[in-house]
Amino acid sequence: METSRGARAVPKVRQVGFFTPNPPTPTRTQSVPPESTSPPISDSPAVMIVPPRHLSDNLSLRTAAVPVPESAVRRPTRADHVALVGSYNPSESLFGSSSPPAFSPVSRIGDGEFSEEASSAGLCRRSNSAKFASSLPSRGFDVTAVRRSDNFAAKAGREQIKQAKGTEKSVNAVAGQQYEPLSSSKPLKAKTTKAERRALQESQRAAKAAALGEGNKSATVSGSAVAGVPVRQPSQKKDGDSHNHPVAPSIATPEKKGGDRPIEKERKKDAPPPRMQFDDKNRVEKAKRRSVVNPTEVRNRVELFQHLPQYEHGTLLPDLESKFFQLDPVHPAVYKVGLRYLAGDIIGGNARCIAMLQAFQEVIKDYSAPPQKTLVRDLTAKINSYASFLIECRPQSISMGNAIRFLKSRIHNLPLTLSESEAKATLLSDVDRFINEKIVIADKVIVRHAATKIRDGDVLLTYGSSCVVEMILLYAHELGKQFRVVVVDSRPKLEGRALLRRLVARDLCCTYTHINAISYIMHDVTRVFLGASSVLSNGTVYSRVGTACVAMVANAFHVPVLICCEAYKFHERVQLDSICSNELGDPDVIAKVPGRLDVNYLDNWTANENLQLLNLMYDATPSDYISMIVTDYGMIPPTSVPVIVREYRREHLLI
Amino acid sequence: MDFQVVVLAGGNSKKLVPLVSKEVPKALLPVANRPVLSYVLEQLEASNLKDVIVVVEGQESALLVGPWISSAYVDRLHVEVAAVPEDVGTAGALRAIAPHLTAKDILVVSGDLVSDVPIGAVAAAHRRNDAVLTAMLCSSPVSGPSDSGSSSGKDKTKKSGHYNIIGLDPSKQFLLYIAAGADVEKDTRIQKSILRSVGQMEIRSDLMDAHMYAFKRSVLQQVLDRKDMFLSLKQDVLPYLVRSQLKSEILLNGATQAEESGNEKANSQKNHVLLSEILANASLPSFHELALGPYGSGHVRRTHKCCVYIASGSKYCARLNSIQAFMDINRDVIGEANRLSGYSLSAHNNIIHPSAELGSKTTVGPHCMLGEGSQMGDKCSVKRSVIGRHCRIGSNVKVVNSVVMNHVTIGDGCSVQGSVICSNGQLQERAILRDCQVGAGFVVTAGSEYKGESLARKEK
Repeated sequence: METSRGARAVPKVRQVGFFTPNPPTPTRTQSVPPESTSPPISDSPAVMIVPPRHLSDNLSLRTAAVPVPESAVRRPTRADHVALVGSYNPSESLFGSSSPPAFSPVSRIGDGEFSEEASSAGLCRRSNSAKFASSLPSRGFDVTAVRRSDNFAAKAGREQIKQAKGTEKSVNAVAGQQYEPLSSSKPLKAKTTKAERRALQESQRAAKAAALGEGNKSATVSGSAVAGVPVRQPSQKKDGDSHNHPVAPSIATPEKKGGDRPIEKERKKDAPPPRMQFDDKNRVEKAKRRSVVNPTEVRNRVELFQHLPQYEHGTLLPDLESKFFQLDPVHPAVYKVGLRYLAGDIIGGNARCIAMLQAFQEVIKDYSAPPQKTLVRDLTAKINSYASFLIECRPQSISMGNAIRFLKSRIHNLPLTLSESEAKATLLSDVDRFINEKIVIADKVIVRHAATKIRDGDVLLTYGSSCVVEMILLYAHELGKQFRVVVVDSRPKLEGRALLRRLVARDLCCTYTHINAISYIMHDVTRVFLGASSVLSNGTVYSRVGTACVAMVANAFHVPVLICCEAYKFHERVQLDSICSNELGDPDVIAKVPGRLDVNYLDNWTANENLQLLNLMYDATPSDYISMIVTDYGMIPPTSVPVIVREYRREHLLI
Repeated sequence: MDFQVVVLAGGNSKKLVPLVSKEVPKALLPVANRPVLSYVLEQLEASNLKDVIVVVEGQESALLVGPWISSAYVDRLHVEVAAVPEDVGTAGALRAIAPHLTAKDILVVSGDLVSDVPIGAVAAAHRRNDAVLTAMLCSSPVSGPSDSGSSSGKDKTKKSGHYNIIGLDPSKQFLLYIAAGADVEKDTRIQKSILRSVGQMEIRSDLMDAHMYAFKRSVLQQVLDRKDMFLSLKQDVLPYLVRSQLKSEILLNGATQAEESGNEKANSQKNHVLLSEILANASLPSFHELALGPYGSGHVRRTHKCCVYIASGSKYCARLNSIQAFMDINRDVIGEANRLSGYSLSAHNNIIHPSAELGSKTTVGPHCMLGEGSQMGDKCSVKRSVIGRHCRIGSNVKVVNSVVMNHVTIGDGCSVQGSVICSNGQLQERAILRDCQVGAGFVVTAGSEYKGESLARKEK
């Protein structure tokens, strides 16, 4: 019971985005044992009287009766109550065995994490109970409770002064006797880590739900459960955590679940699966067990981006390479693409998507459905496993995600009457069509559209290396337009150099600069052409890191920013910042400067705990900075993206 | 993964006489009491490569190797043993078994390789770069007993012909030049075209060609067919492929191209070009593409890629191609590289079979191995040596830095240092051997003393 309480009271808070670097857990847990070792003070009788009240209590009343103590009220009382904290511990053991229902503060102390706040909250509830009573919805019952707790408060106060006298003395003695075993058990419990407690909590919650779902068979069991849970309410409420429901709803949930399961299922289908949060240790462990590529996580990760996967890039490739022959289930073509993703041989949304689709074409060519399995199901499972392999090699781009979704929907919609060879031929031609229509022809259309925006004498700026922008520039040059190109680049990838090389080879007049000089070079520029990894439905452009900077500077200089992006890369997601979804690159590449061995200040940076390197791959450009998005459906303002996503999604999936 | 493995197990190497003989081909030379070929086969098995073609030179050797493989790997591997005539060379051997090769890529491994470099890594590097040839390189081992500094220095000067001269590109992925050190006397020629397109070439002599190659099958067969003068993979085929990588004479995917242009429209052909262009632009161009010049002007030059996989320094990699190497490998396998042998070391860092009998006051030092059923007399001392099965060793015998094979009898008071004694050899009392090789069944007479000699029975 004690353990259950300890585990239960930990609210499941998933920390994403901004939070304090050091979660309070460790310090708090350590703070408990000293408190518990403090000599038992005499106000344990206060606790002693309480349980009957709780026993008689009714669950619904209890949950309602839990007021959220105002912090202002709580504060002043806190100081003297902290001293009391220790005193509850013996009582806990005293009554923990004899009377299952425990008084709220006791139970809260049982959990190491919230002991301080919890005890103060509980105490203030008693001492200020008159105040709360007025705010209680179900007053009829609580008045009595309040009266009692008034008694406790008075008693507690008295006892604090007297330090155990009269009848309390005997209790105290008992407490003292009971204290011995407790003190040995207490620190043990305090040592359990957060993860352990969470695991315990999960298992016990499940067990409890099962037990309760069966219908309260034995009065004692249900009584203890009922009494145990509401007791925890104050502390949970106080934490402001909404998903710690009282037990009553949790009892109800099993039946409820049965009722609306189909609805939930449908909803699940509609909603994209939740992204993996890599700061959730349990899930990461699970994912690791499944994964083919054995990633070792980078040690000092930047706090803000802990939810993103970041692995030791050095070890990944050799590890995967050495397993070349062990990975029988992975098709060689897929394996090759995965290797090339991992090694960075294929970069860019279009190229990655094309490479992946071509590998899948190979898969489909070599595929034959095993006996007693249908092609539709088995091939979908295969594609799924290959896709997850590729994602392990490198987090998937949105273009890849959309293409996978397309392929799966095509497989799913295959008529059952088709023979295997026909089905394969259909799929192959579908993939070919997707590549042709959604990428190749779309690029051509974009090039035509964008070229109309290039006039003689323009100075065009582009950032990084986008294959569409490159085509636009080359096409405009072929049309005989007179313009100059500024290629802006940034470390560590220096992708712009490859673009520059190809442009100069075609006799375009180019200027090459790094992003540091963007504000100087922007004076001359008349148009900014940028590529994108994706355009989200709120008009945010998700692209190579640095794009946002270029767009903002251009906006400040009143230079129009044109985003060139194929419509198949559009996504219905809404993203406001570049934190919650991003990709982390190898931090070593920003620590090392190629060709400059003397720049070695960041060697051994992993050894320094205070140093974290951040190599973000993407950023989100707000739609305010974007003048126009050039897509295969025409030139649209960023506000029209959701229209394209909505209207063409179906067509896009069907083509 | 569409790979086929060919193990070139060799025959009776002249370099290893008197260790190898008609009874013991090179592939069955014991390394820590296991045939050397077993190391390769087990490495393949660990990599999940179960279909293996073992090519043995000479019919007689094949008759010895074949039964051993079938008895040792009966359920574990699917091995085909092919015998080729002697002196056809490695290229000739591959030519002989060419009809059996069907997979997309061929992995050619030398049977005398003792290493723990993951084979998959070589294959993966080959696939990733879409290479015609991938060679595994490892750092050349320091030969000679490591504890005696003077002799190792001497060995190095003696073995100067064994190193390779290897040219690499700055990314250490592509092979630009390869030659055996012995062939290069004073100067060597490096092609200007390769040097110009790469810009920078790193020439190293501290790398050893481990004789593990991955070939694209179509290319290998074309080369073998066209150049029927080629005898050796290493000396002919490899340099040829490396030399011609910028002006390739082989058809890589000519067949598929013709097919496409035949039944597809010009428009889609154009799209195809565009597609490959997108893909090519996405990746960092290797020097092969740079050599073509941007958007190759009309005349298409064909190139192919020759890659290398450089094993990391922590891996063990050695070839049993000389007597010195034989002793080094034996020493290493029970010493620093004991993970290869699969034996577990005892508390004293040595491996003594439970059935071996030791006399009183006999010491077996660390990094030693004593085979099954061997007997040792009193007051013997064994250091850094391997002793095979069922040997009988008398009293007061010193065995240091040596390899003693099976069924050897050593009389009382012998001293064996830095020597190899082959199976059924016999040392009578008080024989003293230093840096000698005793052939199979040879009898060293009592009280004789030899230094640096090769002793073998006269062929009748």
